[in-house]
Amino acid sequence: MSQYTLFDKVWDLHKVADLPGGSSQIFIGLHLIHEVTSPQAFGALKDKNLNVKFPSRTVATVDHIVPTDNQSRPFKDILAEQMIDTLEKNCADHKIRFFNIGSGSQGIVHVVAPELGLTQPGMTIACGDSHTSTHGAFGSIAFGIGTSQVRDVLASQTLAMNKLKVRKIFCKNQLTDGVYAKDLVLHIINQLGVKAGVGFAYEFTGPAISELSMEERMTICNMSIEGGARCGYINPDETTFNYIKEKKCSPKNQNWNLAVKWWKSLVSEENAIYDDEIIIDAAKVEPTVTWGITPGQSVGINQKIPELNDLNKDDQFIAGEAYEYMGFNPGQKIKNTPIDVCFIGSCTNGRISDLRVASKIVKGNKVAPHIKAFVVPGSEKVAKEAIHEGLDEIFIQAGFQWREPGCSMCLAMNPDKLKGNQISASSSNRNFKGRQGSPNGRTLLMSPAMVAAAAISGKVCDVRDFLK
Amino acid sequence: MTGDFFGPQGKIKLIKGRCISLIGDDIDTDRIIPARFLKCVTFDSLGSAVFEDDRKDLKGKHPFDLTINKNSSILIVNSNFGCGSSREHAPQALLRWGIRAIIGESFAEIFYSNCVAIGIPCFTMDKISINTIQEKSEKGLIFDIDISKAEARSSEGKFKLEIKSSSKNMFLSGEWDATSTLLNNSNLIEEKIKKLPYVQLNEDFSK
Ligand code: SF4
Repeated sequence: MSQYTLFDKVWDLHKVADLPGGSSQIFIGLHLIHEVTSPQAFGALKDKNLNVKFPSRTVATVDHIVPTDNQSRPFKDILAEQMIDTLEKNCADHKIRFFNIGSGSQGIVHVVAPELGLTQPGMTIACGDSHTSTHGAFGSIAFGIGTSQVRDVLASQTLAMNKLKVRKIFCKNQLTDGVYAKDLVLHIINQLGVKAGVGFAYEFTGPAISELSMEERMTICNMSIEGGARCGYINPDETTFNYIKEKKCSPKNQNWNLAVKWWKSLVSEENAIYDDEIIIDAAKVEPTVTWGITPGQSVGINQKIPELNDLNKDDQFIAGEAYEYMGFNPGQKIKNTPIDVCFIGSCTNGRISDLRVASKIVKGNKVAPHIKAFVVPGSEKVAKEAIHEGLDEIFIQAGFQWREPGCSMCLAMNPDKLKGNQISASSSNRNFKGRQGSPNGRTLLMSPAMVAAAAISGKVCDVRDFLK
Repeated sequence: MTGDFFGPQGKIKLIKGRCISLIGDDIDTDRIIPARFLKCVTFDSLGSAVFEDDRKDLKGKHPFDLTINKNSSILIVNSNFGCGSSREHAPQALLRWGIRAIIGESFAEIFYSNCVAIGIPCFTMDKISINTIQEKSEKGLIFDIDISKAEARSSEGKFKLEIKSSSKNMFLSGEWDATSTLLNNSNLIEEKIKKLPYVQLNEDFSK
């Protein structure tokens, strides 16, 4: 059993009671909702004749279903319109803050909450979305929940939960040039496997993590769930505090200093006890690309797709399925794989720093002729900042489409979809079968810089060749 | 809003039904219910869409389409079942298709807690036993699951199941339907919010 970690401290602080069955009742400090997983929860409240207990601790936005080309209302898709309309009504009825399209703060829920300063160290954060782990980048305990649990948080601001174990993932040395947070987290998932995190919270630490910006830290924590860990977090430090300071909803004036003092006290102690510890050498990470149908099936850009014999027995079944679905041969090089679609966006890599990095690769180049390439900013704020810096122009000049904020082709619940068995180079987080909207569409996950490089060369390539 | 469907209610102690085997590791919630079906404000229509893309692909040969599996209610799966998205639509679709319990090598965390929250007990077993049951299921196997004893009885003998003790207690007591249990502690919740440093230190939070 872990002790003296940030996870332990935040868990203990939020424990309301031990429940008769043996689980704990945990208070949720910040509850985020969106249009897809909340309507049935509000429906259940109504059925049970219950109210929202603390409406000020729930915040809503709309992201999954929004079209990214034309956002004027009503949406062309009647079902999508019905979903946003239902969310608008539910928020109005229960007096929940709603950052709607055009508010200046709409966007992907995991991009929006940090940029408003809602996400803060020491909080418990829940949202009906598995990538809620993103918010752990601030030293909060943040995890995805299902719709019945959304109902419970609305009704009681608490959840029945079992405590997680804590695994320390110490990232030694530093990432090298052209290698980004996305590569590091893909590498970690590849090393540990997609189910290793079940039952664990991941604490990411070490020199390679300390050097990362808040946005890069969010990329890492975002993908903890792809390694099976419902929650991933990073101890807060000066980088964290500097990011939060002066944000719209952050503590102000004399409260700021008190908050920072409290946040510092939450950091895992030097003598903390972990349930498991592993070490990753960040210096050895290469630009990383997935070749299969789980985020764990990845290789460095200069490596070959593994042969069955290279893999653990347990991983062979899904590898067989992956070769067949992807149409790749074991032992084939990943480099030079031709691409059809390039997507830069999502809650993993749709932030301003991601667009800056990608725009540097793109600047002065042209998208390869057969490629459809598009950029979807993670939020209205990201879009505004990017336009202010002229990044939209750089992308458009190169032949990218510049879109409105939303989840877009990360999960294709909107008009952005792959067609047939197209292959995408995608800065998102999931390469599951059919994830990007076509039942036989194929996804290669990589960093936004690698996606930009793939767009220019028309095939998977090493972004470091563009940096020389 | 919950429609005509009548799911599990109250205490869950015994589950009897035919087993249906679904082979494969890391079967994610996108496969259980593809994203396009998430465009809904109730769960009512999900039952027929379960595994839609996989089923189309196998043209009638998917376990959920085989005649022998019709009316099955106990799903037998392999490892890391339900990984990926937190969508409760996945267990809701299984529930509406007719699944009342799942036995597998291992489950993804959010999927597991969604199943508890809607009254579908998930049990684990080692790989070898799962493979044995999967083979037998393909020829027709009826299980009588006793949750308090964590065992499945059948004409082929008894099988020992594993279940987290907190989940087991929740099914036996009916506490899995958690809202009322949580609201019983309303006083403690009110006390807790007053003590949280970030609630006190943050007058701008609700701006
Ligand atoms: S961007 Fe993708 S992973 Fe993130 S919240 Fe949207 S759909 Fe989910």
